[in-house]
Amino acid sequence: MNKIQVETSINGESVEFLCEPQQTLLDVLREELSRTGTKEGCATGDCGACSVLLDDRLVCACLVLGAEAQGKEVTTIEGIATEEGLHPLQQKFLEHAALQCGICTPGLIVASKALLDKNPDPDEETIRYWLAGNLCRCTGYDKIIRAVQDAAQELAHPA
Amino acid sequence: MAGYAYVAPSSLDEAVALLSEHAGQGKRVQILAGGTDLLVQMRSVDNSPRTIVDIKQIAETNRLDIGARETFIGAAIASAVLNENADLKALFPGLLESADLIGSAQIQGRASMGGNLCNASPAGDTIPPMIVNAGICVIAGSAGTRELAVQDFVTGVGTNVLKDGEILLGLKFPNPAPRTADAYLRFIPRTEMDIAVAGAAVCLTLADDGTCTAARVAIGAVATTVLLVAAAADALIGTKVDDTALAAAATACSEASTPITDKRGTVKFRRKVVGVLCKRAAAIARDRASS
Amino acid sequence: MAEAVDYKYIGTSPIRPDGVDKVTGRAQFGADLNLPNMLYGKVLRSRYAHARIKSVDLSGALALDGVYAAVSGADFPEVQHGELGGEGGGDVADIAQNIMARDKVRYHGHAVAAVAAKSLSIAEAALDAIKVEYEVLTPVLDLDEAMSENAVLVDENCFTKNLPETPDKPSNIAAVMQLTRGNVDEGFAQADVIVEGEYRIPMAHQGYIEPHACTASINEAGQATVWCCTQGHFEFRSMTAKVLDMNIADLKFIASEIGGGFGGKTVIYLEPLAVLLSQKSRRPVKMMMTREEVFRATGPTSGTHCKVKVGAKKDGTITAATAWLAYEAGGFAGAPMGPGAMAIFAPYDLENFHIEAFDVLVNKPKVAAYRAPGAPQSMHAMEIALDDLARELKMDPLDLRMKNAADEGTRAPYGPKFPAIGFKACLEAAMAHPSYTKPLPEGAGRGVAAGFWFNVGMQSSAEVHINENGTVTVVEGNPDIGGTRASMCLMAAETLGIPYEQIRTLIGDTESTGFSNVTGGSRTTFATGMAVVQACEDIITQCKARAAATWGMDEDQVEWEDGRAVPAPGVNADVTPLTLAEIAANAAKTGGPLLGRASLNAQGAGASFTVNITDLRVDRETGKVDVLAFTAIQDAGTAIHPAYVEGQMQGGASQGLGWALNEEYIFDENGVMENASFLDYRMPVASDLPMIDTQIIEVPNPSHPYGVRGVGETPIVAPLAAAANAVRDAIGVRINDLPLSPPRILEALD
Repeated sequence: MNKIQVETSINGESVEFLCEPQQTLLDVLREELSRTGTKEGCATGDCGACSVLLDDRLVCACLVLGAEAQGKEVTTIEGIATEEGLHPLQQKFLEHAALQCGICTPGLIVASKALLDKNPDPDEETIRYWLAGNLCRCTGYDKIIRAVQDAAQELAHPA
Repeated sequence: MAGYAYVAPSSLDEAVALLSEHAGQGKRVQILAGGTDLLVQMRSVDNSPRTIVDIKQIAETNRLDIGARETFIGAAIASAVLNENADLKALFPGLLESADLIGSAQIQGRASMGGNLCNASPAGDTIPPMIVNAGICVIAGSAGTRELAVQDFVTGVGTNVLKDGEILLGLKFPNPAPRTADAYLRFIPRTEMDIAVAGAAVCLTLADDGTCTAARVAIGAVATTVLLVAAAADALIGTKVDDTALAAAATACSEASTPITDKRGTVKFRRKVVGVLCKRAAAIARDRASS
Repeated sequence: MAEAVDYKYIGTSPIRPDGVDKVTGRAQFGADLNLPNMLYGKVLRSRYAHARIKSVDLSGALALDGVYAAVSGADFPEVQHGELGGEGGGDVADIAQNIMARDKVRYHGHAVAAVAAKSLSIAEAALDAIKVEYEVLTPVLDLDEAMSENAVLVDENCFTKNLPETPDKPSNIAAVMQLTRGNVDEGFAQADVIVEGEYRIPMAHQGYIEPHACTASINEAGQATVWCCTQGHFEFRSMTAKVLDMNIADLKFIASEIGGGFGGKTVIYLEPLAVLLSQKSRRPVKMMMTREEVFRATGPTSGTHCKVKVGAKKDGTITAATAWLAYEAGGFAGAPMGPGAMAIFAPYDLENFHIEAFDVLVNKPKVAAYRAPGAPQSMHAMEIALDDLARELKMDPLDLRMKNAADEGTRAPYGPKFPAIGFKACLEAAMAHPSYTKPLPEGAGRGVAAGFWFNVGMQSSAEVHINENGTVTVVEGNPDIGGTRASMCLMAAETLGIPYEQIRTLIGDTESTGFSNVTGGSRTTFATGMAVVQACEDIITQCKARAAATWGMDEDQVEWEDGRAVPAPGVNADVTPLTLAEIAANAAKTGGPLLGRASLNAQGAGASFTVNITDLRVDRETGKVDVLAFTAIQDAGTAIHPAYVEGQMQGGASQGLGWALNEEYIFDENGVMENASFLDYRMPVASDLPMIDTQIIEVPNPSHPYGVRGVGETPIVAPLAAAANAVRDAIGVRINDLPLSPPRILEALD
């Protein structure tokens, strides 16, 4: 078995790991590094539960090889909160009851953060189309959209 | 799985040498750009071992160059990156929209036009707009570089003209003449995330009085490859792209299509809808070209 | 029993106690456990929809480096037929065969072997090395074909149950059911208008985002610990014990957080395999299904073929109704034809009806519960028929339903009289709702439909511990799928009279809390809530006794008010009230730790009715449907946590709309599912839906201390017909089948 040694940065921390050439970043995060906040829902890029940022770009970790993380900055759900506490998106998801089972929540928060970082004032349609790659089976998306809208307000006009 | 390997060459020469070497030794090799098709296929279709050659470190496949007369789009550039380029979107709105339609924001963070073309799905969204914009494929191999019209690149379902040892470097497009615009529409049952059930791209040029002087119409997901429909273009040329002309173009597209019935649509449905998409796309192109 | 009460905590929507872990990625779901020395287990699945297994040769797998165990049907004990009981239940022999085929495979994807190896890629290679010899048989895939004479038999030992006489020939009809009242022939004779229709709905999946996963570890004494995502770890323990012929005392099941279930995680698939692999390899074994396996080899819900006929007088009074309901069971018996049959006419007060229902074997995966199992399919047919009837009668569809509405005292079609119920209240609210009265947008159609679910009670246990600082720990045994921890805390807060923030609810494992049936059947807030309330009342009794002892009074001279022990009215005593915290601080001196408990088999579950209104726009050139608006009005009894009640309504609406518009299992002629991925099994995405409007009606359930009715299942029932009725309104053509996909709509417009 010819494993590849990869040096990368995950949530600002230097990380080294070994992986098989065909192993995905998702498998590496979850099985090799036990960072299980990023979830597998389908492994074919159709559900967004594995959403991470790769050099600030929103991607599905199941569609990135572990080897491709070499030299890059990976941001996962574990890196969204800071020393100051929860990110406004996380807080608003809680306040708006925008999660029921919670399995899609890490992916949705990462995807929503990528949106608000790029577009601080998205309208409802923009939010829905941006989040179309994140399946939620529990909520019907209504409270999720409201949480993102509220978080955008909060970020634009901090209380 | 024993036998997989991953390499990320840092130069075109290195990449071409690697591919040729593998070809010479009869070792299976697979080019990786965005990975949004390849990784899915490795998981769901064929997981047999191969050497994965990542072309994203190569300068040429990442080059984006909007020149005075033509534009080069590197084969590995992610759709999301392209769609952040306002100048590019202004030049080829339909082409960029098609790239923006592939999958989700996450998919667009990685998926490339070059990969979409090489994957050669009959339903590849960027292929009809590439064709109507007269795209040219720039291909590199051990024998040097060659060029080929996009409509000649895909040879069948999942197959293209690339020989062993060759890489698609990117696509070249002549910049549109004045009062020229493109548009692409596809039909999917949901609002996002589906593979196109039918698709139509139109590029047309209008004279000052609104008469169409040039047109190209391409339809996707309704045959084994994307079809360039001359009869639909002819139905638009010389007209003001009014409802009669649009209807004629639609009919031409329906008649040219040779769709199948599968889990995504029926023959009858695809035939009808590709015509509807053609006339709607042509109307958008006309309005864009007029403004 | 409570009516229009001003609660202090109930009816608020605070942040759930497990919320922070879920938004930060800390919460551990089924596949999130990694143990030292762990192996990965994978399942080999049948390539054929119907075949006899002639041999399974595991030697090739075991010979690979890195493979430590391999099992097939021969490694499992023989299990006798017998009902397991419980909401998830079923026949144990069928469950045992479903999770690992013995002599026959009954659907494409049926498990035939499993391996445990050092890595996922080695496990996959091991599967490739297993040799299975099949004798391929013709599959039967069509419901009507399966029911016909001389159909290919899925099970040669299947003799239809519940017929007056056991048939002498086997068939694919595992069971039948009939419900009859009055005389339908006379009823139809009295009708001025009769409508009838035939309706087909394909198989559909619950679509939970988290695939099934578990980790099992067993020691040399045969004591196993199983970590798994489940709707009911106690029932999983029972099922696993039966399948493996183990003592339940040797099985400790720990429920992880669960990423959706909707009924699909009330039955076991991987757990016994993981335990057996762990036993053979002597290492922990983790197993995770892929999304493809979830589609092919877990339990979708039945595809159905239904026929309904309804007759009514000119004034809208229904005089007779009949229903013929055939449900696909998949490879083993157990389709939800019973609940479907019982629910179909439940919202209506009918004198004459006749219902026949059929549980039919086909070579497809064994169906499992999906949110109000059976009701969406049967009520789709009835609610469309009523819509057609309203048109014929030139009557408003809500008025027609109100004319025939069941109410308190109505005898339900399945026997008992309804206590107080909220169907009329929902209808009234719908009639007055702006989404019903506002003008219809251009190109759109509007549809309404009613829905119903019984909800169940069943068994729950709860313990309440008062910590030495007066904070409270509630322990119960229901995995929290949608915020029930918060609801338990709210009910405990209300009962004890202390702030919500001082209470935590945790889900105990099978060794540390009492038995509970599944989180399902819309029962958790109702039944487990009832147990929590009783356990809190137990605490109050104890606290009053401690205060009495402290004050030197009799226990009946002490009351409990706003979280404190106080002298009863009329008792003249110069004492300061004692808070829960003060009593707890002093507990050692007054008798020891404060521990309250309750266990029950909850009676009096209250039915929950709903009315849905939806506006759909149809693109007449492509058949594409846009959902412009959706309003769900539902009776929750009392909404303990209104935001989570709304969440249930919105989630169910979304699933119902997906089912109505795009979701279906597509099988090829060999019985292989063609669309076993989220790409082509098309569930609604965020851009497919508008904001989902909700209105909670509260007609308290007299049987629950706070009036709770289950709310989780009813929401999925009505959207199927509401969407069908909206399309009918939009295009002027009736489509009886689902999904209302663009090709079907375009065909109808042709």
